[in-house]
Amino acid sequence: MSTIAPGRTEVTTGRTEVTTDRTGVATQAIEESQSVRLAPNYWPFVVPALVVVSAVIVFPWAFTLWMSVNSWTLGQSRSFAAMENYLRLASDPRFWESLVHTLTYTSLSVAAPMFLGTVAALIFDARFPLRGLLRGVFVMPMMATPVAVALVWTMMFHPQLGVLNYLLSLVGIPAQEWIFNANTVIPSLVAVETWQWTPLVMLIVLGGLASVPREPFESAEIDGANAWQQFRYLTLPMIAPFLMIALIIRTIDALKSFDIIYAMTQGGPGTASETINIYLYNTAFSYYDIGYGSAMAVVFFIVIVALSFILLMLRQRSQWNDTEGK
Amino acid sequence: MSSRLVNQIGLFFAALVIVSPAILFFLWMISLSLKFEIDNGAYPPILIPERFAWSNYVKVFEENNFLLYLWNSVLVTGTATLLALLIGVPAGYGIARLKAERSAVVIMIARMTPGLSYLIPLFLLFQWIGILGTLWPQIIIHLVVTVPIVVWVMIGYFETTPMELEEAANIDGASSWQVFRLVALPIAKPGIVVAFILSVIFSWNNFVFGVVLASRETRTLPVAVYNMLSYEQVSWGPLAAAALVVTLPVLVLTMFAQKQIVAGLTAGAVKGG
Repeated sequence: MSTIAPGRTEVTTGRTEVTTDRTGVATQAIEESQSVRLAPNYWPFVVPALVVVSAVIVFPWAFTLWMSVNSWTLGQSRSFAAMENYLRLASDPRFWESLVHTLTYTSLSVAAPMFLGTVAALIFDARFPLRGLLRGVFVMPMMATPVAVALVWTMMFHPQLGVLNYLLSLVGIPAQEWIFNANTVIPSLVAVETWQWTPLVMLIVLGGLASVPREPFESAEIDGANAWQQFRYLTLPMIAPFLMIALIIRTIDALKSFDIIYAMTQGGPGTASETINIYLYNTAFSYYDIGYGSAMAVVFFIVIVALSFILLMLRQRSQWNDTEGK
Repeated sequence: MSSRLVNQIGLFFAALVIVSPAILFFLWMISLSLKFEIDNGAYPPILIPERFAWSNYVKVFEENNFLLYLWNSVLVTGTATLLALLIGVPAGYGIARLKAERSAVVIMIARMTPGLSYLIPLFLLFQWIGILGTLWPQIIIHLVVTVPIVVWVMIGYFETTPMELEEAANIDGASSWQVFRLVALPIAKPGIVVAFILSVIFSWNNFVFGVVLASRETRTLPVAVYNMLSYEQVSWGPLAAAALVVTLPVLVLTMFAQKQIVAGLTAGAVKGG
């Protein structure tokens, strides 16, 4: 939990109330020695979940690692292949292409929702008529079934009959081929992803804005700071931890994006929108190349963890700077 | 006073602009689902047709086995969510009380892992056990989505519930199980509701597991609607109607339980799949 929630841990025991943070090792130790004497046994509560987690999460991981060093296409015989699959990946142009697609898709589908979500949060943080209703509608895209959404977007992107080209024609922009053209397919998919996931950024940032105190703004107002200055020097630093959380979550989700891309283009036209996830799917479940697919899954996971780790480090550093500044 | 009013109206229109892509999308979705083929192919496009094609909805259920797929979806989501609550609520309690927050790292890793990397091994396992033709593979693999959500939400919830009552019960000689069952659980009801709703939504929406594991008889709704798109249908009206039927339960749930969903998502910022 503390890996992602902006850090605070409040521990309450019967006798004393101890607030610990990452540096409060000493108080933690005292508190634990008390709870050992009093504490009932909590492990039985966790065991069933541990069993299920190891069955559906840990076992597949171990199995994937094992398969990734084997050469095995379903229906043929398996043989140990050591690093062969990984070497093949390194020299597979289709894999490198899919990596580029993944990174392009991800950076665009992080940047656009982050910007729009922050703007939306600033709007919804204020009071105005029908705020609750509008916020409810705003959240709906994120909850709607992705395949159903993808299907309707596909109709809207239709070059001849789609409503989007009609709307463009109203403002004098020539018709586009959207997801049916290799040059525009990724931006078009990003538009759908942005439409769907901006609300999540909005909700997280809105939670941050709710925790911002009023007083600094009042004194800034007296000192004659304008709205932009107040946002830049007061709001933004205060919601920075929440922006980081939104950034990390959005990055992970965008990297993993599957439903929208698969349902709308299956990686096409050609391989123009084939991300690692789609290529992985095709390898494992169209060509049934289990060994190669597993190696790809491992490398893909490493990419995700590496990027998340970099962002987490950035977050830790920004927090550290914050506390230094105080 | 009047400048405040102007401000409020300005904010309202700003909100309207930023919500409009969502409003227009869902309006257009409804419109597509209620138009006959000729109106859906019209140029310029028609938003509100002269005759409503309610028959699109009838067609969805008559021609595509949709009732079966609806029932499959209910079974998969329902069972996966109930199992997740059964094991995830006690686990969230245990982790919160053990202060084993580091174990939540497992949940983060589960979140970072692409769904496909679970699918390859579990697909082979299910094939080997010989349960591929049933709903069980999907129910089991949906636990990958539902268990982390429930555990995550419940850790957050139990961390905020007061310990005093539990300790008092403990001193009075109640067993750990009795303390959990009679003291902690009743207080945690709102948290369980949040976990339930989020688990249902993300399990219901899941597509990637079904697309690999479902056979013709065991499709869930998202897979069924995708198959309509690729093989069986080309006419837009029934397709849009099917899409709406699939997502309607989730949208209704979102509207009615908005407060709980917002609370759950901002607390843990979870998402499945």
